[in-house]
Amino acid sequence: MSSATSLAAAIDPRTRMSQERAELHQIDASTRVLALIFLGTSAAWLLLGTLFGLISSWKMHNPEFLSTHEWLTFGRVRTAHLNTIIYGWATNAGIGVSFWLMARLSRTLLRHAGILYVSGAAWNLAVLIGTFGILRGDGQPVEWLEFPRYVTPLLFVSYALIGVWGIVTFRFRRGEHTYVSQWYLLAALFWFPWLYSVAQIMLVFAPTIGVIQALTNWWFAHNVLGLWFTPIGIAAAYYFIPKVLGKPIHSYHLSVVGFWALAFFYNWAGVHHLIGGPIPVWVQSAGIVASLMMVIPVIVTAINHHLTVVGCFQQVWNSPTLRFIVFGAMNYTLASLAGSAMALRSVNSVTHFTHATVGHAHHGMYAFFTMVMFGSVYYMLPRLLRKEWPSAFLINVHFWGTAAGIALYVVALSVGGWIQGTQMLDPKNHPDFLQIMRDTQPWLLARSIAGIMMAVGHIAFVFSFVWILLKKRSATETDPTLFNTPPALKI
Amino acid sequence: MNNGPLLFLGIFFTIAFSWSGIVLTNLIQQDEIGATQPHFDKDSESLVPAPLSGLAKQGQQVYAELGCVYCHSQQVRNSVERGGGVSPDVERNYGKRPNVARDYVQDGRVFLGTMRTGPDLRNIGQRQPSVDWHMLHLYQPKITSEDSIMPPHPFLFEQRPIVGQPSPKALRLSGQWAPPEGYEVVPSARAEALVAYLLSLRTDYELPEAPKFVE
Repeated sequence: MSSATSLAAAIDPRTRMSQERAELHQIDASTRVLALIFLGTSAAWLLLGTLFGLISSWKMHNPEFLSTHEWLTFGRVRTAHLNTIIYGWATNAGIGVSFWLMARLSRTLLRHAGILYVSGAAWNLAVLIGTFGILRGDGQPVEWLEFPRYVTPLLFVSYALIGVWGIVTFRFRRGEHTYVSQWYLLAALFWFPWLYSVAQIMLVFAPTIGVIQALTNWWFAHNVLGLWFTPIGIAAAYYFIPKVLGKPIHSYHLSVVGFWALAFFYNWAGVHHLIGGPIPVWVQSAGIVASLMMVIPVIVTAINHHLTVVGCFQQVWNSPTLRFIVFGAMNYTLASLAGSAMALRSVNSVTHFTHATVGHAHHGMYAFFTMVMFGSVYYMLPRLLRKEWPSAFLINVHFWGTAAGIALYVVALSVGGWIQGTQMLDPKNHPDFLQIMRDTQPWLLARSIAGIMMAVGHIAFVFSFVWILLKKRSATETDPTLFNTPPALKI
Repeated sequence: MNNGPLLFLGIFFTIAFSWSGIVLTNLIQQDEIGATQPHFDKDSESLVPAPLSGLAKQGQQVYAELGCVYCHSQQVRNSVERGGGVSPDVERNYGKRPNVARDYVQDGRVFLGTMRTGPDLRNIGQRQPSVDWHMLHLYQPKITSEDSIMPPHPFLFEQRPIVGQPSPKALRLSGQWAPPEGYEVVPSARAEALVAYLLSLRTDYELPEAPKFVE
């Protein structure tokens, strides 16, 4: 990429920077079509998944709603919501962000894009067919693995191609060092197919016996959260925070500790879904210990991010990317600490089986992962399309709708779930199950309202997305779309 | 950390370790203590737990297809009073004893569940042995359970004109839930299978490794 430079240019410190920028633009350009495919499809799935979520939520306080048709019964719509969000929205966004980051961090052009075209098409086709299958009743009754059998081969092939591509890109990396985000992404790309394959074999194709199914199920499902989505989210946060602020991450050594501690402890945490259940007590205890030990990587990562942002908090108000990413990163800390607390037997005896669990799940998947993905998209798209976001107002609507929405969601279900759990533990004062159920109603209604707020945010997001795709490139548009323009940037 | 193979090894080791510990070890251990086989009960001279009947097995498929597991758990847990426990399930009459691993070996598909939006169903066959109650409850939960948020399942039933005599299986509906004059509501084969499955859910036998029945 270097061409013969004059002596003056060779001495000028800006030359190297502009060369690096040119390199970066070339890398971005090579990822453009694929990133747009994965991010575009993720946005479409987000809307569909939100609709399924709203319907499910509404049914929980208005059970007559859409109740006459089998395809829309709660047990199926709720499942369709979960799978379109996880495999449609979150995984597509995760893959799009991952390989854009991988290409940039490996400082190499996207090679063999053809592999990823096939992969993207196969993945989305599989999710579409799978969603229909769930509504039709062909779904597998295994949590987080409900797509019918006929979809599995397609998902597997698609993913295998992505995994191979990830390894190839990493192999062709330039530079003596690897950055922390690369470790997390490589790990995520490797862990996910193993989790998925083992779960498919042991739960769907050759089901194992008895409660081992439950152990396998929750090893799988919790690890999809902890070893697939979380590393991608953390990798993105570790990239965008220093990138937008123009400062390096505070500590290399903390990031190493954080990575290996997460890899080691998160793997075992999944058993906390079965505390108190008909499984050996020793493995329950192991899951509880691992869940508590997660405090280590979580605090380490929080310290690292915080000490990087400290002194620059004003930028969080100015930059859309940073606002979403920092919101996400802070909620990673909060959701994880809450999760560690919920693994304690004393707390778990209250929250287990209640709506508090659902609140916690959304705290992690939405307030952390989804918000980080939103922030990533706000950074990526202008660089991929060489256009700027058309409306800061729409981004604001997106942010406040989703941030306030998820805050209401988590608070409503945590409080409601706590009350529910406390009452369930007290058969003397609360003997009537139906009354306990009635007491949850206002909290479930609050959750639906939160869902509507989040839906408004999503609509604003997709509107912006389509608008920036369709608008014409402009030579005079040079400023990034920020919420507020800091004085230093004003010309 | 630039060494690709070493990074890969560490990443592989962590997942292999957790799978081996959580899944493989328990598979081996459960097998070694005989917990993957039913127990021969000398008093009743039968294997417990008993396998599901054909109709109940079909009903289990209906249970799976409709997503019942997302609101109903199937695990009676030990209570604090009885030592080492978590929730007063026995006191709430969810069962006469807590469930252990071997209770599930004949299930095929295990539905431990993770939510109690509705009550635990592991012993619903004991708690509610009436076919009529279940049919009414599935058709429109509010009939038997005031203000219930359980979804109605009208698609498991057929509303048809009465020809000659009413069917003996017709649901006894009244008030706002009754069908129009001259019509009756009868359960479909899927509804009958599902109810057979629900009635099969009963932990009415003891196991040597399980806590004894509460009298």
